[in-house]
Amino acid sequence: MSKEWPLWEVFIRGTHGMSHRHVGSLHAADAEHAIRNARDVYTRRNEGVSIWVVETSQIAASSPSEKGPLYDPARDKAYRHPTFFHIPEEVGKM
Amino acid sequence: MYAQMVKSEATQDDPDMLAAFQARVDAGEKIEPKDWMPAGYRKTLIRQIGQHAHSEIVGQLPEANWIARAPTLERKANLLAKVQDEAGHGLYLYCAVETLGVSRDELTEMLLDGRMKYSSIFNYPTLTWADMGAVGWLVDGAAIMNQVPLQRTSYGPYARSMVRICKEESFHQRQGFHVMMAMVKGSEAQKRMAQDALNRFWYPALMMFGPSDKDSVHSEQSMSWKIKMNTNDELRQKFVDETVPQAEYLGLTIPDEHMKWNEDTGHYDFTEPDWSEFFEVIQGNGPCNVDRIAARQKAWDDGAWVREAMVAHAEKKQSRKSAAE
Ligand SMILES: [Fe+2]
Ligand SMILES: [Fe+2]
Repeated sequence: MSKEWPLWEVFIRGTHGMSHRHVGSLHAADAEHAIRNARDVYTRRNEGVSIWVVETSQIAASSPSEKGPLYDPARDKAYRHPTFFHIPEEVGKM
Repeated sequence: MYAQMVKSEATQDDPDMLAAFQARVDAGEKIEPKDWMPAGYRKTLIRQIGQHAHSEIVGQLPEANWIARAPTLERKANLLAKVQDEAGHGLYLYCAVETLGVSRDELTEMLLDGRMKYSSIFNYPTLTWADMGAVGWLVDGAAIMNQVPLQRTSYGPYARSMVRICKEESFHQRQGFHVMMAMVKGSEAQKRMAQDALNRFWYPALMMFGPSDKDSVHSEQSMSWKIKMNTNDELRQKFVDETVPQAEYLGLTIPDEHMKWNEDTGHYDFTEPDWSEFFEVIQGNGPCNVDRIAARQKAWDDGAWVREAMVAHAEKKQSRKSAAE
């Protein structure tokens, strides 16, 4: 049996200036082929104006077991959110 | 449904891990590919999502039968777009199931050698153009009923593919209903074709939801894992309640003399499909089982050289590129 085409992750930017967003994955022989397939699979209804593809094996990801050490330190820093600071009403909009 | 009679796997994992997992599911958290999950959860999902993916792909065949015979160019373009969407649905779902550690080629092989199933509905033939109406209206209608709640399923990749699919699905049902509307406004012969299509597809559509709850042994575990969101009978009843008025609008008769509105329950009473027929079709003895698998086998075999050539071409391009650097 022949080799399976590698897996690619597909990112698409819509027309409204938002960042590229992950939409899914697909198999393709190379990057050019992946973009062509992504066009057919993920943009049949004008979902985007720009496609990025990256081979899945090239993505480094944080692991679920690191959830605590990575994200817990942010929990007790409520002062990073603007609502933490009370501004008196007479100051007006800020 | 598109995944019928999915056997839920018993699980023999560490009880503490299981309890923690169940708590996450109960809290509405999504389970992602790298998270710990019970072996039974993984196995059941592979079976269920795989069966759903295969159904999308095999489901193209009965409709593809009519693309080149559509009555107008516009209907042909509509149907082509619909069938192309189904290919997309299959691909989203294959990618979702691949995150559970099974390869695309393995999935295809399991379909071809009968280890994996697809929905019973696609083993019925599409004999006339009116069948394109009945399929879109009833089959996609039934699929929507099942897929909408699955957008909230616990497995992240499955839920996300369902969101994409549901966005695309309602055009499918509407284009089918539109075909039916045109048929019933046509000649007497066309109206008869529409009625005939409804007659043939009604009970097979009801079977899509799987056996009656009293005979459906796998539901409980799957429901607590949130990979099954409603019971078979709940969804079937919902489908009947929504479809009867639509048939009335078309002036067509549902082929069930016991169908009637029940004031007390607030639902229609209806006749259950012939479950022995359902089990026969699932066992491989429906009218088109052999043809469907033969068509998929042929596509797989005929496409082999393309799959290989694409890899060879990519490798050649890559080595030329590195030589030039
Ligand atoms: Fe679909
Ligand atoms: Fe559909």
